[in-house]
Amino acid sequence: MMDWSAFWLTARLAFVTSCVLGALGLPLAWWLARTRWRGRLFLEAIVSLPLVLPPTVIGFYVLVLLGPRTAFGAALERVLGHPLPFTFTGLVVASVLYSLPFAVQPFTGAFRAIDLALLEAARSAGATPWRAFRRVAIPMAWPGLLSGFILSFAHTLGEFGVVLMVGGNIPGVTRTVSVSIYDSVQSLDYAGAGKTAALLLVVSFVVLSVTYALQRDFRLGPGR
Amino acid sequence: MRLLLFAFLGLFTSLSRAGEPVLIAAAADLKFAFDDVLAEFSKTHPELEPKVTYGSSGTLTQQIENGAPFDLFLSADAKLPRRLIEGGQADKASFFLYAQGHLVIWVPTASKLDLAKLGLRALLEPGVRKVAIANPEVAPYGAAAMAALKGAGLVDAVKPRLVLGENVAQTAQFVQSGAADAGIISLSLALAPKMKADGRHWEIPADGLPPIEQGVVIMTKSAHRAGAEAIAKYLRSERGMALLERYGFTRPAPAK
Repeated sequence: MMDWSAFWLTARLAFVTSCVLGALGLPLAWWLARTRWRGRLFLEAIVSLPLVLPPTVIGFYVLVLLGPRTAFGAALERVLGHPLPFTFTGLVVASVLYSLPFAVQPFTGAFRAIDLALLEAARSAGATPWRAFRRVAIPMAWPGLLSGFILSFAHTLGEFGVVLMVGGNIPGVTRTVSVSIYDSVQSLDYAGAGKTAALLLVVSFVVLSVTYALQRDFRLGPGR
Repeated sequence: MRLLLFAFLGLFTSLSRAGEPVLIAAAADLKFAFDDVLAEFSKTHPELEPKVTYGSSGTLTQQIENGAPFDLFLSADAKLPRRLIEGGQADKASFFLYAQGHLVIWVPTASKLDLAKLGLRALLEPGVRKVAIANPEVAPYGAAAMAALKGAGLVDAVKPRLVLGENVAQTAQFVQSGAADAGIISLSLALAPKMKADGRHWEIPADGLPPIEQGVVIMTKSAHRAGAEAIAKYLRSERGMALLERYGFTRPAPAK
């Protein structure tokens, strides 16, 4: 049996996570690409931590810090009316941390590749910094920005350990596709697990093919 | 473009709020038995939308302690709901024992082990390279399996062959798939149609071992109390008990 509610939930989670990462990651990446501060390497290391940390470590910290047992978690619970772990919002928070490098690294690389002289030309032609950023930096960096968005989306799709620890396995609330496959196997429903796994494989393949296609078009196509 | 984005986000949040089902945390040994109970229950209560999360009772307890929004908890070990009652997460008045569980050795049909003759000593046979049990730290059937091995004086001999499932359903999957040569699982899973078709089992005598008393409790913060109570009541009814008995559960010992 195909678990469509898990698919819908996972797509929602990945989309919302990528949007949040866009909002937080773009300014952070812009700053990382431009700053000459030597201490930035520590910040870059922190951003990249999820690449090497086991998902269970991230899951454990999120569960403990956001759970009702810490002062911070208890305060959150008073504001929200319920604890953050085991909810969709809790999963978004965990996923943003988990997929952070997959968005910020391509963003930073794309911003670093921009020719500073062009930005300065825009500024001296009278553009405000914000306008120069929007009209010059963003158009030049867009393939990198799009890769960051798509990679963080795809990475969140396949999240397992973090979701299981922070979200549990609640149907329709926190049971994502990867957890649904795990659950189907335990129910000896190999046919269901196989179908869900195949669909996830196809979706991941298509998403990555689109990313590469976009980057190639940009590099080989006529200049804008 | 921006408008489209807002429309998207609006859709997301509205859909996530639609329908508020009764959330049930259930011990993994109930996987097939409780599905049957709920299917029957839903015939008379179509308005309720019970959603079940199966897992090891220990993991589910830990999740509830960390704020998981379950309404009803069916544990395979009565100690865990009692711990939740002491912690204030579960309501004492709602607690009752609903069944007693039993432990079996399960082997795939192709296995040549003579379980009836060898009993637990079958696990020492040279053809048995891996023995699956549930993780005794979090799964009551894992703790019961360790107690049985200890009682038979086999812990040291079997230990190098042990593989641990997170819960007893995963343990059953380990042997059913052939990844392990034998497993110690619940009778309830051994009697599930899919397991029955692929192997055979031998019940481990309960003499001298602590009984597997299974208890249920409703959470103090439950937002769907009436629904949770209706399901708990059905579990206790003649019909509910009869369904559990089909899966080898026996009725709980009278309350002490």
